[in-house]
Amino acid sequence: MPPAIVISSVSKQYGSFTALDDVSFQVEQGEFFALLGPNGAGKTTLISSMAGLTRQSAGSIRILGHDTVSDAYQARMKLGVVPQELVFDPFLSVRETLRFQSGYFGIARNDDWIDELLAKLGLADKAGSNLRALSGGMKRRVMVAQALVHKPPVIVLDEPTAGVDVELRQSLWAFVRELNAAGHTIVLTTHYLEEAEALCSRIAMLKKGRLIALEDKAKLLAHSNKRDISLKLSAPLPASLQALHVRDEGERVVLRLPDIAAIESLLATLRTAGVEVREMTVIETDLESVFMRMMQGGAA
Amino acid sequence: MQGFLTLLRKEVLRFWKVAFQTVAAPVLTALMYQLIFSHVMARHADVYPGVSYTAFLIPGLAMMSMTQNAFANASSSLIQSKITGNIVFLLLSPLGPLQLFAAYLAAAVVRGLVVGAGVIAVTIGFGLPLPVSLPWIFAFALLGCGVLGTLGLIAGIWAEKFDQLAAFQNFIILPLTFLSGVFYSIDSLPPVWRALSHLNPVFYMIDGFRYGFFGHADVSPWLALSVVAASFIILSALALWLIKVGYKLRH
Repeated sequence: MPPAIVISSVSKQYGSFTALDDVSFQVEQGEFFALLGPNGAGKTTLISSMAGLTRQSAGSIRILGHDTVSDAYQARMKLGVVPQELVFDPFLSVRETLRFQSGYFGIARNDDWIDELLAKLGLADKAGSNLRALSGGMKRRVMVAQALVHKPPVIVLDEPTAGVDVELRQSLWAFVRELNAAGHTIVLTTHYLEEAEALCSRIAMLKKGRLIALEDKAKLLAHSNKRDISLKLSAPLPASLQALHVRDEGERVVLRLPDIAAIESLLATLRTAGVEVREMTVIETDLESVFMRMMQGGAA
Repeated sequence: MQGFLTLLRKEVLRFWKVAFQTVAAPVLTALMYQLIFSHVMARHADVYPGVSYTAFLIPGLAMMSMTQNAFANASSSLIQSKITGNIVFLLLSPLGPLQLFAAYLAAAVVRGLVVGAGVIAVTIGFGLPLPVSLPWIFAFALLGCGVLGTLGLIAGIWAEKFDQLAAFQNFIILPLTFLSGVFYSIDSLPPVWRALSHLNPVFYMIDGFRYGFFGHADVSPWLALSVVAASFIILSALALWLIKVGYKLRH
């Protein structure tokens, strides 16, 4: 069983600009995988290379064992991509769009599956509408349907929820989860880190074209053993604890502990100093804080 | 094959949905040329013996309209897809270079032939005789549309903006078609211009097409066919290569 995606030493130069710098990783079949990074990190370039929209300057990519350059036909048959930019053909209705897209993939009659897609994506009553008449969110749903006309085993969504209302985000993720449960491999990029945290099992982080982290979500979060703790104290923070001090939040002080176990000695020190703890909150590590720390150059 | 047929259908549908603009308008333009030129020129221009100027003009106008529309179909479809960005849906699909090329080309030829038939239909009353040879007529109609359709494909791939495409159309295609003997027999030209006209592939399309109607032309239809077919092969090879390497399509 070949991995869903194998990326081997992929680099991409645009003139003197390096968009991707020796990126390698693989995604196993059935995974729900997130590709994170700030704007300009190379996420879309990497996705475009997988899809054959961009030709990498070096390295190779295989989709379910098919090289995206030498075996492009099979690689594209296995892959469904939802591009980031909202694009559509203004001459066509929703159903025509999906029928034509099916035809490009060699499928002559696809109306049963198209009807199912329309129903799942809440587009059933828009089937006859021209794309121009649809809202941005609706157009986005059509793009998702277009990527799925050929039932690709590997699905890549490049920021599918950018600029999309909350309701659609919920229903879209429910649908994508369903596809994942049915065995489809899902790769997504998103700006909403809580989405990646809620959905994905494994995460790759890109920064300036380089892969800077590739972990299980749990490990990535656990990596960040440091815990921030917010305290409301009866007296000023003892001098011996100043080293842990991160910031003040009103009456509270925020301390950073090397790990959660250090809370014992913290409390002991406070007791010894005669300082009483009035309130205490442990600030949970989330992907956002890990992400911010990594992008600022620190290790997780 | 399914992929090719789908793209061909989409491309034909694309111009057919706006047929008023893509078919009726060029037919009307040709009819205007026919009316005005036959009124102004009929007593002045020397063409072939036994062929009236008004009849002589018809195949030229038809071929000019066919080639311009074949060019316009492929080039405007491609540039619109590129500028709106929806070409991504084709590029994501497994359609190979040959299928893409053949579908765009075939749609361009269909548009050219539909417009050509329209032009003949509205001008036939100006005294077009029964054609001498249908095979020659169809051979040149198909190849003429094919050459300009392929050129349209190349221009559409190359151009990044509408004004670049317009420049290609106005500074290359238009002079080539206008200076190809649509409105005159190149035999009536001074030797230098006659020689220059012989370097213009569109001249051979019109000349061969006219031969099919009148059995008379400036050069042998076989020579014309060879030049047009060679142009088609060279341009097709170039277009296919551009698509294969992804020139301006896959970055």
